[in-house]
Amino acid sequence: MRNHVWRPLYLVLGGIALLLVIRYFLVPKDFGVHGINFTYGFHRAGNIPEWQAMPVKYRGRESCNECHPENVAASASSKHAPIQCENCHGPAVNHPDNPAKLAIDTSRELCLRCHAALSTPGSQRSRIKGIAPASHNPGIPCRDCHNPHKPDLEDMR
Amino acid sequence: MKCSRRDLLTTALKATMAAALPVAAFRFLSPAEVRAAVADPALRWGFLVDTEKCVGCGFCVKACKLENEVPYDAPVSRTWVERYSVTKDGQTHIDSPMAGRDGFTDPKVRGETIDPAEITKAFFVPKLCNQCENPACVQVCPVGATYQTKDGVVLVDRDWCIGCGYCIMACPYGVRFFHPVYKVAEKCNFCYHRISKGLKSACVEACPFGARQIGNLKDPDDPVTRIIMSQRVAVLKDEYGTKPQVFYIGLDRNVR
Repeated sequence: MRNHVWRPLYLVLGGIALLLVIRYFLVPKDFGVHGINFTYGFHRAGNIPEWQAMPVKYRGRESCNECHPENVAASASSKHAPIQCENCHGPAVNHPDNPAKLAIDTSRELCLRCHAALSTPGSQRSRIKGIAPASHNPGIPCRDCHNPHKPDLEDMR
Repeated sequence: MKCSRRDLLTTALKATMAAALPVAAFRFLSPAEVRAAVADPALRWGFLVDTEKCVGCGFCVKACKLENEVPYDAPVSRTWVERYSVTKDGQTHIDSPMAGRDGFTDPKVRGETIDPAEITKAFFVPKLCNQCENPACVQVCPVGATYQTKDGVVLVDRDWCIGCGYCIMACPYGVRFFHPVYKVAEKCNFCYHRISKGLKSACVEACPFGARQIGNLKDPDDPVTRIIMSQRVAVLKDEYGTKPQVFYIGLDRNVR
């Protein structure tokens, strides 16, 4: 065959070779089929341990109980027992090292998540005692009168 | 071209050996080995949402955002809670202010006042990634950045995602979004870092009413699996054939 046929052909072959070389260096070695099949399991194997290494922030009630058993016990015997400590006190992360002190959410909005009166027939929400936020002592933090660890109305402050 | 008998035999022998090499690369697996390679038969994560128990407090959304470092004030979330208010005229009013992060405190639905006497039923539905058995979002990824692990959770490789957004469009449940910080696709992964350490997902832990539960669908003694097997449960958008693995108790026909 003539030169003018071979020359572009060499160019194309060189291009393919270059692409393969670049691909060899750029694609991670652990890239392949690691899951159930090619369609759903084609990925970089090293990504799974990367996700698993993410730090845990919500440490749970048992972790709080190690240092604050009296508060955990007080809350556990009240109507607020099912509410996790960290829902109001914030995620512990590495407490007490970092953060040394947790920022407690004492806003009205936190209590209103459950205790704002809504018309929700057919939902468990209608079984929770609710208030109209606009008329029930507006502007005053709930915990000035109510104890979140002992929410019964007989135990008002 | 000349070819002696000796040349022919040598060439034929070499060719046979060369052809036999690729065959030797294949290994015959026992059925047990095949099953192990296909999937871990001991573990498949599944989720159970009891909409009867949900009161719309939004603690799950708050916990999810903080646990998974999703920007708190950005209008995106891995999980969210929807409120459905069905009125006597047959209309369904749906809202999810800030994904339900701060709970539902306003009787108004998207600024619209609804007469409480008009409401025939109103309820809350938590939503999250369904970790489908046939995830459409994984199938469309052009670079292999999203995938299904052997225990059934769909993950996104943040280093490998190019942010094209195909998966966000492909998900029939609208679960995926663009992460404003990492600039890649983001989704609920059942708190993969927690469940692989033996903890429960942050939303499950935060729910005071037990409306969210996570379990191993391959274990028939798992309390969650037992409920799914023995009670009447439904999934979202069954007709799409994605085989979602988040099961709902008390799902209403108005829920989309």
